[in-house]
Order: sequence, then structure tokens, then C-alpha cells
Amino acid sequence: MLSIKNLHASVEGKEILKGINLEIKAGEVHAIMGPNGSGKSTLSQVLAGNEAFEVTEGEVTLNGENLLDLETEERAREGIFLAFQYPVEIPGVSNLQFLRTAVNAMRTHRGEPEMNAAEFMKLAKEVSKQVDLDPAFLKRGVNEGFSGGEKKRNEIMQALLLQPKLAILDETDSGLDIDALKVVSDGVNALRAKDRAILMVTHYQRLLNHIVPDYVHVLAGGRIIKSGGRELALELEERGYGWLGIKEDEAAAAN
Amino acid sequence: MKELIKREYEHGFVTEIETDTFEPGLNEDVIRRLSEIKQEPEFMLEWRLKAYRRWLEMDDPTWAHVDYPRVDYNAISYYSAPKKKEDMPQSLDDVDPELLRTYEKLGIPLHEREKLAGVAVDAVFDSVSIGTTFKEQLAEAGVIFCPISEAVQKYPELVEKYLGSVVPAGDNFFAALNSAVFSDGSFVYIPKGVRCPLELSTYFRINAANTGQFERTLIVADAGSYVSYLEGCTAPMRDENQLHAAVVELVALDDAQIKYSTVQNWYPGDEHGKGGIYNFVTKRGACQGRNSKISWTQVETGSAVTWKYPSCILKGDNSVGEFYSVALTHNYQQADTGTKMIHLGKNTTSTIISKGISAGRSSNAYRGLVKFQPGAENARNFTQCDSLLIGDRCGAHTFPYIESRNKSAIVEHEATTSKVSDEQMFLCRQRGIDPEQAVSMIVNGFCKEVFKELPMEFAVEAGKLLEVSLEGSVG
Ligand SMILES: Nc1ncnc2c1ncn2[C@@H]1O[C@H](COP(=O)(O)OP(=O)(O)OP(=O)(O)O)[C@@H](O)[C@H]1O
Ligand SMILES: [Mg+2]
Repeated sequence: MLSIKNLHASVEGKEILKGINLEIKAGEVHAIMGPNGSGKSTLSQVLAGNEAFEVTEGEVTLNGENLLDLETEERAREGIFLAFQYPVEIPGVSNLQFLRTAVNAMRTHRGEPEMNAAEFMKLAKEVSKQVDLDPAFLKRGVNEGFSGGEKKRNEIMQALLLQPKLAILDETDSGLDIDALKVVSDGVNALRAKDRAILMVTHYQRLLNHIVPDYVHVLAGGRIIKSGGRELALELEERGYGWLGIKEDEAAAAN
Repeated sequence: MKELIKREYEHGFVTEIETDTFEPGLNEDVIRRLSEIKQEPEFMLEWRLKAYRRWLEMDDPTWAHVDYPRVDYNAISYYSAPKKKEDMPQSLDDVDPELLRTYEKLGIPLHEREKLAGVAVDAVFDSVSIGTTFKEQLAEAGVIFCPISEAVQKYPELVEKYLGSVVPAGDNFFAALNSAVFSDGSFVYIPKGVRCPLELSTYFRINAANTGQFERTLIVADAGSYVSYLEGCTAPMRDENQLHAAVVELVALDDAQIKYSTVQNWYPGDEHGKGGIYNFVTKRGACQGRNSKISWTQVETGSAVTWKYPSCILKGDNSVGEFYSVALTHNYQQADTGTKMIHLGKNTTSTIISKGISAGRSSNAYRGLVKFQPGAENARNFTQCDSLLIGDRCGAHTFPYIESRNKSAIVEHEATTSKVSDEQMFLCRQRGIDPEQAVSMIVNGFCKEVFKELPMEFAVEAGKLLEVSLEGSVG
């Protein structure tokens, strides 16, 4: 489904990604771990098409199509979804209106009729219950005054509504209490499907008890330095990043 | 972000129609001729001449945060009217079909068959009113809604009593000019205790070239009455600037309420700042009576230069003044707009919510005065001024003035400036939303508090108008 070859990207002239190679097939769940500042969010943002980052080398294809030629919104319509590490607020724009606009943009792209307000309300209420968000949140401004955990649940709700082909989840587990972690994990597991791939960035192996990944990768210094099965996550939890040859201070920062 | 293709101003067409138009230039003879064409009573002519003589002694105001070449008042024609077969159209059936088509293009049906449900419309084309809908239904309720030129003839005592009572002829440069040469506009009188059964609405259209539009609106709400009034404006695209200097006066007697809404979409000029309307307008309402209320809501997206301060004089005890404003400037547009709330009576309250949106290289200023006179015991004001910037070449300015001569008065003032951020845009686009739609959604969210004050039908229109006005702002 997604194929990343020798991807280099920089921000403000500074190279962050230094040759990423990654193959993700439909139906798979990949976890990316790694120290703070290693480039995990950068990779997520670059895949989603954030223009603040410049791709200097390499290629990325989604089902054979060159992703890097597409605008952000075109990538989204092709099925790329990014759950943000730090979701931004849009004051005055109701969550409901925002979500319906997004869903209808996707539907129009697929040649399906738009959903009217009543139809969408019904759907949105169901999905908000799935992530344990009170439907009252639909009326509030996008992320406006949401707590950290509420923002994360709101991101998963959006993934469930938009049904992407590739869901990139950037630390959707951080800042969640134990119950919320369960809710979010259930949401992510509900997303798992034969024709969908999930790429999740996390610092915590405990998330991987709820969402069992097919592969775990370690990203450090802008490169994937190790890949393995889920047992790699357990090993990292036990031994930290030091044994992988990452500098001590970087490893310390990761914990 | 890539430059998006700009859509043109959609009301920019010119109607080919035969007109009677005065030669450019202004002197007492022009005013006499104008008054004669309109078959005005003597007092009206005298009033105009007095205003003209005052105007001659005045100068263009220079204090506003706008910059434009001085207007040559002798290069403007002061009257232009569609040539009519008979003297005056007695009903809409007599109106030139070309004119009716113009209003249809603007989305304002005047024809009996397809009238706007629940809204009575008066249409002013260049200098004259061309027709008013729902006349009978309004007459049954005792409501007078007609062109002011007709009111001058039919209801001279009402006109003489109230015209200039809120905005005196010599109030300011543009008001004086308007008083001397105003050509048409709307007149509304709501009798005691009547709740006007329809929304009243006037659509102004400037068509002729080199013609100024000087409309005059007077609304009187007698004791215990209520009226909601909406005005809309458009103009063709022309390379020359055109002057629009209107005066609107509102009078609310005891327990009366007037809700006045404006959707202003005069031609703003092109993306290089060429052409567009100079919109120099004096709007003022007097809450004369106890417990009266005047509410201004404006959505200003058009005009090259806007100079406009819809205000309230809160004279009656417990009277209420409100100002809700969205002013959007794009390209090279300049706006200096705001309000004055003058508290005279006891327990008077005023609310000001101003939302300024600047895009392109435009300049957008809020200017507001809140004044408490010694008699304004326990008066209060709440002001909220928010600015939203799109891009980094535009400017937003806030000039709030507060003058208090009463210690019991309470003022609250909040102001914010924000930007449509790259992060917000990225979030929207990541969810599949077009950049233009994203900007318009974010801006609409910013304006929500004001839009909810507009009559339902027009809130939707206002939202769409913002969307069109912002096209090309994402670059
Ligand atoms: N817009 C930016 N401007 C400058 N530097 C940036 C920008 N975005 C990211 N960086 C830098 O790129 C590096 C990688 O950041 P990134 O956010 O991808 O790390 P991360 O692996 O997601 O870290 P964390 O685990 O803390 O979320 C960091 O050094 C960061 O400071
Ligand atoms: Mg990160």
C-alpha cells in the first residue's frame, strides 16, 4: 500500500529525515518508536503533505501512485489520515460543521452525494459514542477548550468518520488516562481492516498491549535503525535505546 | 500554498438602459432642478439649499485611517434615472423589463409572481426607486414603506418633522452633501403598537457611470412598534471610483425597536486597487423614547474605501443600542468603520461586537466612541473588538475612545487579534477540505456572533458573500 524509499526531508534548511525506507501493506499495523526529536512527527507530517517541510530526496507511493506530487487535500482524499500529536483549535467553527465539511469533501471526491445535516448528525452521534465523547462536543468549536485527552479522542472520532486507507496516528496515546487509553485503543482496533493500514507513533509499549502491531520500527536520528516484530517493543521497554547505539542523552530524553 | 484563481465580482455587469442624466457639476441650479423633477414642496428645496450652503463652507474629513485622492465634486453627475414611458411607474408592471431582469440577476425578485417570501422589497436604481413589493399588505397594517421621494409628497408633515432630526444637515461634510442632493431612498413609518408584519428591505444599485449615489433613508418607529429592515447594495465594475454618500436616520419612540441590517457589497475595485466605490456613509439612530432599542448589524465586504459609523444616541431611559459588525477588506480595500454610542439617559446599555477581517494588502480599522453624559446614571457598555488577519501584508487597527462624565457608568472592553494560521489550514486540508473553503469556514466561525444577529435568509447570504470576497486570498 505505502512504499517509502530513501526519503529525505528538511525544515528551515535543517535535514531531519535522512533516508527513510519503509513498506506497509494493506491490513498491517506498524508502530514507530524512537527518542524525542528523532523525526517521528516529521515523517507523519511529510506523508500528509505539510508544506513546512521540504522533501529533498526519495519517493513515496500510495498504491503505486506518487504521493509527493499531490496537494495535502488530494492526499487526504486518496485516503491518508493524520491524527495530530498536537491538534489545533479553530474557534467558532463547530466540530459538527467541520466534520461534515470534511466527510462531504471525501464523498464528493468519490462521486457520492453529500450528506445533509440530519443524516450527518445521526452518524456523528453514533461515532462520538464509540470514542466516549459526549455528543455535546459536536456543537463546540473544533478542539476549542478540549482537554488533552478529549482532543485525542476527537482525532480518533475523525478517523472513524473518514474511514481512511492509511491512518497515521502520532502519539494518540500520550496524555490519556487508563480508561481513555482503552477507549482510544478500541477505536483504533475498530479501524483495523484488511484494506487499511495503520502507522502509529508511540513512546509506550503499553499501547501495544491493546493494539498489537505486526511490525515495530525504531526511528533515531532521521533513520530507521531497527525493525522487528512486537517483541522489539518489549525489549525497548526493558533496555531503553542505549543498546541500539544511540547516544546516551538522546536515550535519556526518550524516557 | 499555490495561488488560486480569482473569481470576478459577480455583480459587475452594466445594464444597458436609457437614462436621463444631469451634466456633471454641482451648484444651486442643479439642486433646484433636482427638487423640481421630484415635485418637492417648498420646504424641501429650502432645506436642500441650506445644506448646500453649509457644505460649501466645509472640508473633506481627513482624520480617518484611509487614503484616497480627493474627489472632484464637479466631475460627478447628481442625478440619473431610467427613462420611463410614463411619468412614474404605477405598478411593477410598468417597470422596464430590463430593470426587472437586472434585479433578478442580483437575486432580488421584484415581480409579483416570484416575490421573496416574507420580505417586502424596495429597489433603488441609481437615483430613483423603481418599485416596492407587498404594498397592500403593509398598508393594511398601517405601515408606510415607500421611496422617500414619494413620502416627501404624500407625508410632508412626517418628513418635515423627522428629516434631519437625527443627522442634522450640517452634521458632517458628507451628510451636508447628501442633504443637498439626495435623490431617493426609503421611508418607513410604523404606527403605534404595530409589529411590522414583514421584513422590509431595500436594494441599492449604482448603474450609471460618473454618477454619485446619495440615498437617504428615514425610519420612524412610533411607540411600542417593531420593525426589521435590511439593505443590500451592489454596483457594476468600473475603472473609475464612484461616490456613494448616504444618510440613514432612525427614530425609535417609547418601547419601540428597530433592527437595521446591512449587507454591503459595492464593487470593491480590482485586485490592483483600480476602481471601486467610495462609501462615505452617515448612519445614526436616536433612541428617543424610554425602553427603546436600536440594533445595527452590518456585513461590509465591498467598496474601495469605507467610512461609516452607525451610531446610537441613547436618550430615553433604559434604552438599548447595539452594533454588530463584520468588515472584510481584501486586495487594496480600506475600511475605517465602527460606531458611536452616546449615553444620555439613565440605565442605558450598549453592546459593540466588531469583527474585522483583513486579507491581501488591505487596511481595516475599527473606530469607536463610547460616551457617557452626566445624566447617564448606571449606564453600561460592553465592547468586543476582534481582528483576524489573513496573510502578512494587511493591516488591522483599533481606535477605541471612551469619554465618561458619569462615575456610575461601567465599561468593559475586550480586544483580540488573531491570524488564520498555517496549522489551522493544514488541519482542514488534511481532512480533505479545499483551501478556499477552509479559509471561508474559519472566517465564518470568527464572525458567528455577528451572523446570528442577521435575519435568517440573509445570514446564509452573508456567509456566501464572505466566501466570494475572500477568493484569491489564499496564496
Ligand atoms: N517547524 C520546525 N522548525 C524547526 N525545527 C523543527 C520544526 N519541526 C520539527 N523540527 C525539528 O525537527 C526535529 C524532529 O522533530 P519531530 O517533531 O519530528 O520529533 P519527534 O520524533 O516527533 O519527537 P517527539 O517524540 O518529541 O514528538 C526536532 O529537532 C525538531 O526541533
Ligand atoms: Mg512527535
